[in-house]
Amino acid sequence: MSEMRFFIDPIRCIGCKSCMQACSECATHKGKPMIHLEYMERGSSTQTVPMVCMHCENPTCAAVCPADAIKRTEDQVVQSSLKERCIGCKNCVVSCPFGVPRYYPEMDQMMKCDLCYDRTSQGLKPMCATVCPSEALFYGTLEEFQSRRKGTPINTFDFGMQEIKTRVFLVAPDGYVNLSMDVMHHLDGRFEDNAYDHLDPFSHLEAMPMSGGLL
Amino acid sequence: MAKVPLTREQMVEQYGPTLHYTPAGGFKTVEDYDQLIATHCCFCGQQCGINLKVKDNAVVGFEPRTDFPFNKGKLCPKGVKRYLQGSHPDRLLHPMKRTEKGYERISWDQALEETVRKIREIQDKYGKDSFAMLSGVSLTTEKSYLVGKFARLALQTANLDYNGRLCMVSAGAGNKKAYGIDRASNHWEDITKAKVIFVIGTNIAECFPITTDYVWRARDNGAKLIYADPRMVPMARTADLYLPLRPGSDSALLMAMLHVIIRDGLTDEKFIAEHTTGFEETREAVKDATPEWAAKITGIPAHQIEKAARWYGEAETGMILHARGLEHHTKGVENVVSCANLALATGKIGREGCGHSTITGQGNGQGGREHGHKCDQLPGNRDITNPEHRKYIADVWGVEESEIPGKGLSAQEILNEIHAGKIKGLLSICFNPLVSLPDANFNREALDKLEHYTVIDFFLSETAQHADIVLPGSLQEEDEGTTTSGEGRVIKINQAITPPGEARKDWEILLDIANRLGRGKYFPYKNTRDIFEELRIASRGGTADYSGITWDRVEKENGVFWPAPQTTEKGKAAKRSEDLDTNHPGTPRLFEGGKFYHPDGKGHFNAVHWRESAEVVDGQYPIWLTTGRVVSQYLSGTQTRRIGPLVDQYPNPKMEIHPRLALKLGIKDGEWVTVKTRRGQITVKAMVVNTIRPDTVFVPYHWGGKQSINMLTQRALDPISKIPEFKVSACAVSKATPEEIREGEEAQHLANKTENLPVSYGINDRRKDFSR
Repeated sequence: MSEMRFFIDPIRCIGCKSCMQACSECATHKGKPMIHLEYMERGSSTQTVPMVCMHCENPTCAAVCPADAIKRTEDQVVQSSLKERCIGCKNCVVSCPFGVPRYYPEMDQMMKCDLCYDRTSQGLKPMCATVCPSEALFYGTLEEFQSRRKGTPINTFDFGMQEIKTRVFLVAPDGYVNLSMDVMHHLDGRFEDNAYDHLDPFSHLEAMPMSGGLL
Repeated sequence: MAKVPLTREQMVEQYGPTLHYTPAGGFKTVEDYDQLIATHCCFCGQQCGINLKVKDNAVVGFEPRTDFPFNKGKLCPKGVKRYLQGSHPDRLLHPMKRTEKGYERISWDQALEETVRKIREIQDKYGKDSFAMLSGVSLTTEKSYLVGKFARLALQTANLDYNGRLCMVSAGAGNKKAYGIDRASNHWEDITKAKVIFVIGTNIAECFPITTDYVWRARDNGAKLIYADPRMVPMARTADLYLPLRPGSDSALLMAMLHVIIRDGLTDEKFIAEHTTGFEETREAVKDATPEWAAKITGIPAHQIEKAARWYGEAETGMILHARGLEHHTKGVENVVSCANLALATGKIGREGCGHSTITGQGNGQGGREHGHKCDQLPGNRDITNPEHRKYIADVWGVEESEIPGKGLSAQEILNEIHAGKIKGLLSICFNPLVSLPDANFNREALDKLEHYTVIDFFLSETAQHADIVLPGSLQEEDEGTTTSGEGRVIKINQAITPPGEARKDWEILLDIANRLGRGKYFPYKNTRDIFEELRIASRGGTADYSGITWDRVEKENGVFWPAPQTTEKGKAAKRSEDLDTNHPGTPRLFEGGKFYHPDGKGHFNAVHWRESAEVVDGQYPIWLTTGRVVSQYLSGTQTRRIGPLVDQYPNPKMEIHPRLALKLGIKDGEWVTVKTRRGQITVKAMVVNTIRPDTVFVPYHWGGKQSINMLTQRALDPISKIPEFKVSACAVSKATPEEIREGEEAQHLANKTENLPVSYGINDRRKDFSR
């Protein structure tokens, strides 16, 4: 089994979608990205989270597939459904605890990240982790990650009674992370009459109390 | 009169932007290509290494280039999809002439002859300087050098300038004042060694994404990150200290930080005494710049300013990074020297983990401006007004010094003079001022007044649509040469394919025009390597000394950092490039040992006194307007607004507004709003986000026509760098009226309608000539 692991470190994600653009280049899913980018809530935060298939040890998607269309390779890569077997029932879509597989009606097939099997099986890194500008996506050994990086890699997740161990690690940041990013919290005792040398367009608004910075 | 011949709808239908999604021949498997060409991205100043996949003389995809040390395979979305500009249906494939009914295809001979005839006619009638040239720093250094020589010796005009005028000139001028040289002080690896990183006025996550990895590597080593920006941009959200300063107040923050550093004894007195001049005046200038004073101007709490100053002052090593947010001001140069004052006062420059660097916005912003297509410079970063510098270049070019014109007008000033009717003719190459310069309505009027305009470009940009003659030039991957990245590394662009149709390499076009103007003897080049060899001689002895750099070295060493001067007497006296030596290893880190590039060898403090921006808010225009970029678009969008997957990522400009201001104005998320300044108004959709100051709105600037925020920005210039003040305007925001919403929808439709263009485009269809 390969020692190489995949790490998702959302705190580093800059929301650039380079991963999605690179993933969409693959000849097997022509123009469609199999990695997805979630926004926490754009109105209040610039936090984004990239999401790939977690490549579970005991994949729920495969367990619930009535057509036995989802296979796992010897090196723990859970593949997209086999085209000839997939019946488009979407059991995998609704059962995956991470919400990863998607059903593509125009192809009548479930497709998802297969860890760039065409590349990783040849010793290359997955395309998304190769191009990721901030290394929010990282492909390497656990030792390499821990020697270089902050944060705690986690690959065991509890979903109610179900414990899932994955090949992909999610990186939990060290310390508290405030996801509310209101710039107001970082401004001075705003909107007092003498706060600006210029006209204050918000003079009718009450001053906001200061609160601490992020992290 | 260089007026656009057709309606906007007709122009879009004929010349795009067409959204292009699929590579030539469809998506390929990992191995499906003929050749893999190691080259660089054609977009921003990071100049990431990339491998282009080539099949049947078309670029069909990319492979990460993990061997290039700057990015090690990393790419932003623009880099990933850059290859889609090749085989693009909008590509200009043959020369064209404007008629009343639109553009018609003509021969190269006719196009060049007509251009030359018009140049002669206008210059005979109005004087040499009445014909101007505008250039771009997407060009390689070789082409930039050639443009500089071409304008001075073939066109014989002083009025040549370039689009780097909108980018880094404030940094360049500030760096020269402080350090005597115009370059980032360090290679980017030094960022990873810093203990504190102070980022001000740059959205590195969206504008220079690979740089975020350097910052994170420093933070993994325990570095603190201080981030100053009116918006909580993606890197700012994780910063150890975030300073949301008001647009235009940068120098107040920087002055207060220096005040605290001096007050608290955090200066490096030994460094100041041994390696700098002018400290006393600067100390005096910040005497009253207390954090409390700056808090009122910037809006940042005084104790946070103190914290920033102490963190930077106390750290053993530190790096300052800035970009256009600091430089796009009428006091851009003052802002830059204020940063230099901090670096010099604390001795945080010229050693490992220390430095002060601007982040280059445009691809070859660094190399392009060093070698002579800037109105005030000659090759090697020489001063066009300095008689010795002029004499040296005149000797290299084989002309009398008097034959080299003097200092010309800057980019905006050229447009101003066109508008005033003093400049009558224009030749431009890879510059789209109608989108990228401020006050677009004024500039459109100016272009309409030209008696003649010839453009060399590969797509028909908004500006190019005004041209009388269109000459199809080359994309970056269709020629070879060098560029210089933001960290000062000279790198090699390799040719992947030949230009399609009748399109030609840019330098060949310029040589043809020079020949027809009877000035061909000054341009004896057989290829671009010949141009580089002449540039080596021309730059020797200048501050931007490339004489020790060869293409072979650049390839072998994965880039060489300039300056690389001569080390032998033979090289210093050489008349031919063959006799130059290549012994110098290059200079990744400037100023080691406290040695600066001023004649006195010292770093210079420059006292800065607080002053306001050219335009400030008032009762009529009570809100600060600032502009910038989004990650999926590049500059005026000439290239990126044609690449479908990038357009899909951010299809139209939006106005970011804080919920409190939105509430006051009765605006909801996603609603149409009209932003108005003294120059004009646009109607876009609102994005209500609490990641922006409540007294400020932000609109990105990549779009043209009625989506152009540069209709609203002003032509006020920094007195030294002549950079326009894009980052500060006073505006009013209101809910859009039904009529304004109709205009906004129409503008969106025009920007994105091309997905549904018909397969056939009538008798003037250029697409049928497209052979791939």
